[in-house]
Amino acid sequence: MTENNRYTISIYSENNIGLLNRVSAIFLKRHINIDSFSTSQSEIQDVFRFVIVVEVTEDKVKKLVQQIEKQIDVIKAYYHTDEETIYQESALYKVKSSYLFEERQIQNIIKDSHANIVTVSPEFFVIEKTGFRSETEKLRKELAPFGLLQFVRSGRISVTKSKMGISELLETFKKNN
Amino acid sequence: MATTKEKAMQITGAEAVIRCLLAEGVDLIYGYPGGAIMPIYDELYKFQDQLDHVLTRHEQGATHMAQGYARTSGRVGVAMATSGPGATNLVTGIADAQIDSTPMVCITGQVASHLLGSDAFQETDIIGISTPVTKWNYQITKASEIPEIMAKAFYIARSGRPGPVLIDITKDAQFENLDFAYKKCEGVRSYKPVPSLQISQVEAAVAAINQAKQPMIVWGQGVILGAAEEAFKHFVEHSGIPAVWTILGLSALPTKHPLNMGMVGMHGNYGPNLLTNECDVLIAIGMRFDDRVTGNLATYAKQAKVVHLEIDPAEISKNVHADYPILADCKESLLALTERVQPKELTEWKARFTEYMETEYETVIKGDTQPTKDGLTMGEAIVAINKHTKGDAVIVTDVGQHQMIACRYAEFIRSKSNVTSGGLGTMGFALPAAIGAKMGAEERHVVAVIGDGGYQMTIQELGTIFQTGVAVKIVVLNNDYLGMVRQWQQLFFDKRYASTEMTNPDFVTIAKGYHIEAQRVTERGQLDAAVKAMITSDKPYFLEVCVEKEDNVFPMIPTGASVSDIRLK
Repeated sequence: MTENNRYTISIYSENNIGLLNRVSAIFLKRHINIDSFSTSQSEIQDVFRFVIVVEVTEDKVKKLVQQIEKQIDVIKAYYHTDEETIYQESALYKVKSSYLFEERQIQNIIKDSHANIVTVSPEFFVIEKTGFRSETEKLRKELAPFGLLQFVRSGRISVTKSKMGISELLETFKKNN
Repeated sequence: MATTKEKAMQITGAEAVIRCLLAEGVDLIYGYPGGAIMPIYDELYKFQDQLDHVLTRHEQGATHMAQGYARTSGRVGVAMATSGPGATNLVTGIADAQIDSTPMVCITGQVASHLLGSDAFQETDIIGISTPVTKWNYQITKASEIPEIMAKAFYIARSGRPGPVLIDITKDAQFENLDFAYKKCEGVRSYKPVPSLQISQVEAAVAAINQAKQPMIVWGQGVILGAAEEAFKHFVEHSGIPAVWTILGLSALPTKHPLNMGMVGMHGNYGPNLLTNECDVLIAIGMRFDDRVTGNLATYAKQAKVVHLEIDPAEISKNVHADYPILADCKESLLALTERVQPKELTEWKARFTEYMETEYETVIKGDTQPTKDGLTMGEAIVAINKHTKGDAVIVTDVGQHQMIACRYAEFIRSKSNVTSGGLGTMGFALPAAIGAKMGAEERHVVAVIGDGGYQMTIQELGTIFQTGVAVKIVVLNNDYLGMVRQWQQLFFDKRYASTEMTNPDFVTIAKGYHIEAQRVTERGQLDAAVKAMITSDKPYFLEVCVEKEDNVFPMIPTGASVSDIRLK
């Protein structure tokens, strides 16, 4: 309970303006840095999903989840360890096109990393790699000597190994109301 | 919940706001007009026979009035202000209502929607600013949203653990027409205000309570917010367990009830604090283990099994681990507990409280309430108020020494009689809160007890008292110091009185300037008659009691110390 650990917080919520602010304020108030943050549509129509990664104690993450769930527009929040989730990050790498032809090594790097080429234009080409942080990071390091024009990595997205049961939860909410 | 569905009609957004308020049973609001909320004020003018508006002297006053009103009436308080500075001036009161769980709806005007984000005149991001201190907030930019959002606002403010809601309405939405039909909100799908009582949780707690040799109840405001005073009293009397209160729980059980053992916390009573660390089962009811209650958490009730009756799941094991949480409306859980708990005698255990009270009486209380020294004490002023109100007044306090003294010595025979700023500790709260408290309980005596510091933070609300004629009684306990800070400077900063001495104006003259009857007491011999004159007057009344300058409040648990380290001097 007293050791810091990496936790993925998953939030199912309404898609309302201002909720992002409300959720991030919970971290701000407790002086907790957010390692990664991503939001998207969830498996349920009209239900939004947040995936937030933090490094804190289990006691702290429990309390964060309690505070998040307390927010009116939040349907349900959970926290999971890395072992309990399947998670990935996506990265984009923009490189000068000339290197693709001049530096044979680049082609090998791309092939070995199982990255995809998203687009090629006369000036630049864009590589996409989805995987663990270590994989996108390895590719970044390998491409760096060739001069990356741009690099960007998404926040973690994750699904849990266990069932979430949000649809069932919404059904019981409907009955209670 | 009743459903009121009116036939749809074309009206402006501004009129819709008023009709929503009326549909929610609101007949009184507090506010201050300004540019971005003028269309709504224009409608208020038309509806003034159905909806009273109290013009405050500052928007902060409007929020505290709405809070005072909510605390004595049990209804949702409503405050209104314009955009920009009007809205930002509400923030202190909103934060106060949030931390003290007071149901309040604030309505703010906003610049027209096409100007949002342009740094327009009196534009401020009040949604962003108020987010961390509201239970919910929402910006309306279309008139058609008004009925549903207003209904949701009231539902959220009053349900479950109550709290403040802010609704920001752009000026164009106020002018725009809509087809108006109002339907009360009966639920929000992502929000479960009251957890369903699980009997297994009750049974687990009962087993622990029935085995207890030295159980103790600590109750908080949840008992009052849950309208559970009767159920609570039955539980206490049936179980025979001694009960102690947090500052916001005060008045839920009469002061003189034989099982009411006093206050816990920093300036609480000696026995309740010491015995917190001796009880074997601690039954917490509708309270949240604030640091002012617990002192050092590492040494707080470690020997005890903790039963926690709570409506808000986020409070369970937040500060103190709950061995037996009971999540539900506390009235329901109290009834379930009472049915199952076996009565106890606890003669020796209760005697411990009495013995400690005798010690406290001899070393602290006697000197506070029946002083023999020349200077007047805050305690004797409270005793005089008790005498002339027979313990049946609403006592509204500000923040500081006078607050602790009033909460320690004021006597109560009825619930909803203690209105104070507990969690946020907002100086300036009492004067406006007393105005609202009186309007929320017109038949009752409302006495505001305020220090000379806090009084001057919202002193302009004397104007509201004069204009409305609201018969609040104001007692300023004047020691020409920011007394509580001075006490800490004396005890912990080697008497370096940095910026705590006040050069005060003639408060009596100021009150009289507002045509409020006023008196000053400087000697013991004048006190009783002055308090009597104040209480028997049916008008607003101001009484300044000049008290000893450097009196301290004891007992005291220094910050960070254990409840076991409570000091008597």
